[in-house]
Amino acid sequence: MPGITREEVAHLARLARLELKDEELDHFAGQLDDIIGAVARVSEVADQDVPPTSHPLPLTNVMRADEVRPSLTPEQALSGAPAQEQQRFKVPQILGED
Amino acid sequence: MTVIDLLSYEDALASYDPVMGLEVHVELGTRTKMFCGCSTELGAPANSQTCPTCLGLPGALPVVNAIGVESAIRIGLALNCEIAEWCRFARKNYFYPDMPKNFQTSQYDEPIAFNGYLDVQLEDGETFRVEIERAHMEEDTGKSTHIGGATGRIHGASHSLLDYNRAGIPLIEIVTKPIEGAGERAPEVARAYVAELRELIKALGVSEARMEMGQMRCDVNLSLRPHGREKFGTRSETKNVNSLRSVERAARFEIQRHAAVLSSGGTILQETRHFHEEDGSTTSGRIKEEAEDYRYFPEPDLVPVAPSREWVEEIRASLPELPRVRRNRLREEWGVSEHDMQSILNAGAIDPIVATIDAGAPADQARKWWMGELARNANETGRALDELPITPAQVARVTELVAAGDLNDKLARQVIEAVLAGEGDPDTVVDKRGLKVVSDDGALGAAVDEAIAGNAGVVEKIKGGKTAAVGALVGAVMKATRGQADAGRARELILEKLGVEA
Repeated sequence: MPGITREEVAHLARLARLELKDEELDHFAGQLDDIIGAVARVSEVADQDVPPTSHPLPLTNVMRADEVRPSLTPEQALSGAPAQEQQRFKVPQILGED
Repeated sequence: MTVIDLLSYEDALASYDPVMGLEVHVELGTRTKMFCGCSTELGAPANSQTCPTCLGLPGALPVVNAIGVESAIRIGLALNCEIAEWCRFARKNYFYPDMPKNFQTSQYDEPIAFNGYLDVQLEDGETFRVEIERAHMEEDTGKSTHIGGATGRIHGASHSLLDYNRAGIPLIEIVTKPIEGAGERAPEVARAYVAELRELIKALGVSEARMEMGQMRCDVNLSLRPHGREKFGTRSETKNVNSLRSVERAARFEIQRHAAVLSSGGTILQETRHFHEEDGSTTSGRIKEEAEDYRYFPEPDLVPVAPSREWVEEIRASLPELPRVRRNRLREEWGVSEHDMQSILNAGAIDPIVATIDAGAPADQARKWWMGELARNANETGRALDELPITPAQVARVTELVAAGDLNDKLARQVIEAVLAGEGDPDTVVDKRGLKVVSDDGALGAAVDEAIAGNAGVVEKIKGGKTAAVGALVGAVMKATRGQADAGRARELILEKLGVEA
C-alpha cells in the first residue's frame, strides 16, 4: 500500500521551503498518509486499461495566436511585492547556489 | 583561487576517450511569450512585460502560443526527429526567485520531438553525425541582478533584484544523445555542432540565435573513460557556455581536467561547473549529491498538444533548404575550397554575399568585398557584417561601376568607405567626391605628357625595347591624378605617344 513516511514529508517540506516543527511533521505525515491511502483506493477499481488521467476534459490543441496583449504596468506588477528596488522585485540573499 | 591540475591534451587523449552531451537552449523569436500574450520585445523597462500568468498570480491560466508549437515542430523536423502524436507539458518544481511561479512549465517524458540527428561538417570537410535525443518546449526565467557583491556576482551579495520580462519567453531545449567516437576532435565537434545548429535555427526563421545576446545558450556535459571501456565515466556539466569558441574551449579544458584527476587516481564529482571567458577555465558550482528532485507532474492547466499529421507534413513541406546542403551548393557554384567556405561561414558572410550576387554582382567580386574590406571594417568596429551600414545592393553597385571601368579598385575602396561613413549610396559618393576614373584622353593626356617629360631615363629604356618599364610611367600618371586614372588607358596612351608597340 503506498503511503508516505515522516522522512518523505520532511524532505518535501524542505523542497517546498516550509519550516515544520517536529510535532507538525508527525501531524502532517499522519494526515497525508490517510489522504494518499484514500486516493490510492482508486487504483483498486481502475484496471490496467484505464490510463492515469491528467485532464478531465477530452481536449487537445488549445492554442492562441501569437498576438501581443496588454501587460500589467510595472506598478501593478510590483504592487504585491513585499519589497522592491529599481522597479524590480527585491528578494533576500540567494544562498547555496551560484 | 585554487590551481586546477590539467593534463596535456595529447596525454589526456592517449589514455582516455571523451564522451559529450550537449544541451542547447534556443529562445524563440515569437512576438509573445509561450503561455501568455506579453510582448517579448527586448530592451523594455523592467517588469513592464508581465501579466498574472507569467507572474504566477493565483487563478491565472496559461494558453500555449501556436507559433511556439509550430517553431518546435519546425526545429524537430529539421533535426530529422519524429514528432509526437500527442504530448503534454509538465511542471518542473523548484524554488528559485528567477521563476515567480515556483515551477517552470516544461516537458518531461513526452517531448514534442525526439530521435533525430544533425550532420555537422568539420573544417576539413569531414562529416560527423550528432544524434539528437529530444527537443522540447519550455519557458525562460526572469533576470536577476545581484546587489552588494564585489562584481555583481551572487557571492557576497546582500540581496537580488528580479525583472520578469524574460520569464515565460519560449525556449526550445535541444538535447543530444551521448556523442561518442569523436576522440581528439571532440571539442571541434562540439563547436561545429553548435555552429551548425545556430545556422539551422536562423535558416528556419524561428530565432535570430544570437549567442552574445543569450538567445542561444549551451551546456556542455563531458566525461572520460579509459580506451576500450564501454561504460561512461562520471560527467561534469559546464553551464551557460555562450560562444562557439567557448564551447570548444570548455570541452577541451574539461578533457584535460578530468584526465588529470583520473590519472592521479582521483574521482570526478558529478557537479555543475561555471565557465570563465577570461582564461577558458571552469570552476566548481553546485554538487549534485542527489538526483534532482523536481517532482515533475503533468501540467493540469494546459491541455495536451496533439499535432495532426497533416499539420506536421505541411510544416515539413515548408522547410527551407538546410544550411549544410545550401553551403555545399554555394561552395560548388562559387568554386571555393572547404576551408574558404568555412571562413566565409565563420565571418557570417554567406547571406550578404548571396544577396550581393542576387543584386547583380559577380560571385568573386561579392566575395572579395565582404571577406576583405567589409570584414575588416566589421572586425575593427566590433560589428557583425549584417550590421554594417551598407546594403548588398550598394556593394553590387560598386562592383558594377568597377566592371564598367568607372571605378578602379582603389577608388572603389574609397566609395565603400564613404558609404560606411554615411555619405550616401555609391553613386552619390562618386558624384560628391568626384571619384570617377579619368579615362578621357584630354585629361589623361596632360598627365601622360607630364610623366613622359619628367622621366627621360625611363622613356629611353622603353624606346630601347624594355616595354615593361612603362609601369613606372603609369605609376607617375596615377600619382598625378591621385589614383583616379584608368591605368589601362594610361598605358595605352604612353605607348602610343612613344610610338612603341605594346
